[in-house]
Amino acid sequence: MYSFDMTPEQKMLVDTVHKYAEKNLRAVYREAEESKQTPEKVVQMGWELGLLPGLIEAQYGGYGEYSALTNALYLEEMAWGDLGITLHLLTPNLFAIPIAQFGTDQQKAEYLSMFCGDSFPRATAAIVEPVVQFDPAELRTTAEKRGDEYVLNGKKTYVPLAKQAELFLVYAQENGVTQAFIVPATVSGVKVGKRVKLMGVQALEMYEVEFENVAVPKANRLGGLKGIRIQRLLTLSRITLGALAVGVARAAYEYALNYAKERVAFGEPIAHRQSIAFMLANMRIEIEATRLMVWEAAYKYDAGEDATKAAYLAKTYADKMVLEVTDGAVQVLGGHGYIRDHPVELWLRNGRGFATLDGAVVA
Amino acid sequence: MPIEFKLPESIERQLRDVQVIAEHVMRPDSRYLDEHEHERPWRYIHAMWPRMKEMERANIAAAKKRALKKQEALRAAQTNGHGVAVMEAPPAEEEQERESIANLSLIHMIEMLSWGDAGIYLCIPGGALGGAAIQAVGTPEQIERFLTRYTEGEPKWGAMAMTEPQAGSDTSNIQTTATFDPETNEWILNGQKIFCTNGKLALEESDGLVVVWATVDKKAGRAGMKPFVVEAGTPGVVVAKVEEKLGIRASDTATIIFDNARIPADNILGDAEVKTGVGDKGFKGAMKTFDATRPIVAASAIGVGRAAFEFTRDTLAKEGVRMEYGKPRWKLSAVQADLLEMEAQLRAAWLLTLKAAALLDARKENKLESSMAKVKAGRAVTIVTQKAVELLGPLGYSTEFLVEKWMRDAKINDIYEGTGQINTLIVAREILGYTRNELK
Repeated sequence: MYSFDMTPEQKMLVDTVHKYAEKNLRAVYREAEESKQTPEKVVQMGWELGLLPGLIEAQYGGYGEYSALTNALYLEEMAWGDLGITLHLLTPNLFAIPIAQFGTDQQKAEYLSMFCGDSFPRATAAIVEPVVQFDPAELRTTAEKRGDEYVLNGKKTYVPLAKQAELFLVYAQENGVTQAFIVPATVSGVKVGKRVKLMGVQALEMYEVEFENVAVPKANRLGGLKGIRIQRLLTLSRITLGALAVGVARAAYEYALNYAKERVAFGEPIAHRQSIAFMLANMRIEIEATRLMVWEAAYKYDAGEDATKAAYLAKTYADKMVLEVTDGAVQVLGGHGYIRDHPVELWLRNGRGFATLDGAVVA
Repeated sequence: MPIEFKLPESIERQLRDVQVIAEHVMRPDSRYLDEHEHERPWRYIHAMWPRMKEMERANIAAAKKRALKKQEALRAAQTNGHGVAVMEAPPAEEEQERESIANLSLIHMIEMLSWGDAGIYLCIPGGALGGAAIQAVGTPEQIERFLTRYTEGEPKWGAMAMTEPQAGSDTSNIQTTATFDPETNEWILNGQKIFCTNGKLALEESDGLVVVWATVDKKAGRAGMKPFVVEAGTPGVVVAKVEEKLGIRASDTATIIFDNARIPADNILGDAEVKTGVGDKGFKGAMKTFDATRPIVAASAIGVGRAAFEFTRDTLAKEGVRMEYGKPRWKLSAVQADLLEMEAQLRAAWLLTLKAAALLDARKENKLESSMAKVKAGRAVTIVTQKAVELLGPLGYSTEFLVEKWMRDAKINDIYEGTGQINTLIVAREILGYTRNELK
């Protein structure tokens, strides 16, 4: 069937996450952006929601199972709160989700329990490389098999929370195919470089990381002999980012809508004018359409169907939509939209990030 | 129902059947009927009529049952003295199941037929918009009297006449009058209707009918607007003109003149009384039907868009330009990026349409969703079909192929059943919580 209602459980989860986002993320988003860090307290409270353990099976210490769809539902709420802080909170997912999706039984048993504890896990992933023509399927970082080890060489960037990370999941090409390797931060040759300065999402600390002759046991190859399928991972990433984009866009749309109803010009609210009202109507239409595309891709992924195309279409569409909607929100607020007293300028900057982050976020 | 994106098996089966008609009955006649504007797609009509008769039988039976229940409830309310209508009993289980995907099933069928040919599709025999209005508000007697014709005999058409030369989107400005003659117990209609889809087929080429909107009291504004059933052969009713159009040329678009056309008293649908104090229920009823028909137009739009997209994609594939899903954007050629955009636009519009129809099936409010789907689909296919003509270069612009025709056909979907602008206005009012005085 085609149906569009959340289950009562999903609805409860979405409500919980929405409340958290409203009370916590919305309270500190500006301070976090300007000070370029996420407050420890907000991270801890976010971790206590138990979202990640909810994606991990009980035998590995969690209490749920993976659902891209349920994920998409609450990720929208988090991004609605603030994208930068959300990406900070999702950093452990970059490590845990690929392990849960592609890991061998042994890898799952070894690593997943640390994502089911009380404190925010110090794990991250390194995929993006500092090149204009970045393609996750054709990485320049290499993994070479030497005896019982893999040796990694290459430069990464946009690695979230690298400085405090104890574990990295490093993506590298092995004979032309992208694979992932578990690398403890203590292995020699792992060099965390300078912090990356970005246009938006500045609450999230990201770093350059260099891997120079980093040797790890062959058991650290994610998925063992089978390895990973990078397109499947990218599909998940696109669903994740699509859902986050919908959240950012919705935040901007709601803010602009309320503003337009209150802001009076020429004796009446500016929302009484079609030029403003029509912008808002189109924002609503595009947000709703994108949300459905993301849901469809997520549904297919969960159902075990090939979701590659659906996710690709959704993400492509979302990249454009979020930019149009956040830009439209700045425009509705006019001069005030350009001022940092209002959040819409930040949402426009954050919105621009989605096209760039393809593959870099998986939840 | 939880969130699900899965085509029900019964619709899949139905689609296989409809696809055969689209491919083998409609497509071969597409160009000919585009060039011979006022000829009829008989192959299509004869292929569809047995199917439509069967579908109409089921629809009419269900509508009659609903109307009877309403009548009983009303009588009970009158006799129990409280004036409160008893709750409508829920439909029986099997009926519920059939009804629960009726709109979903319909939009799938229409998408496929429009993929075949959007102009030919419109010549579908059956009660169409006229039949739907009678099913929605007719008494059991009216349903029986007017709609039985669509279940038997030769192909017949039904139509809805709303638009007038001075009243397009502004439907409340309708000038056609209905005056009651107590001596003969008849309504007398006077006025002119234009852009009536299948008007000629319904009134002159078959034993069909047209539901005509007219005012019984001009001073009463919207409250005075009422729907009347005018049957073929009524004296004083003349099809004065059949339009020549940009696209959907196979479709019959008629001008109808009513010159002292007399119809029986009980050809009025719903209440004859003008209840200015209670609001404009009759008019609202007409507007309500748009919630059901806009997803249908959206579906038709998407069918044309899909035809253009698929043809473009397949033609370019033969030239070595292939769609690739999953590559970074910078690795796509400009043409691949265009194709991707076309496909994404169509999917976005289709999902909005599915949701609008699913809400309708669930008997939930869908005014916002149906207008959103209509806006999006109308705009998406306008862009997609124009892009298709562009991408195919000399082939796209040539009448050797159907792409240029699809571009012309597609455009109507951004216009009828409420232009893109009118529907955007409705969306805007809904999301802002504004009345039509606050947002004009």
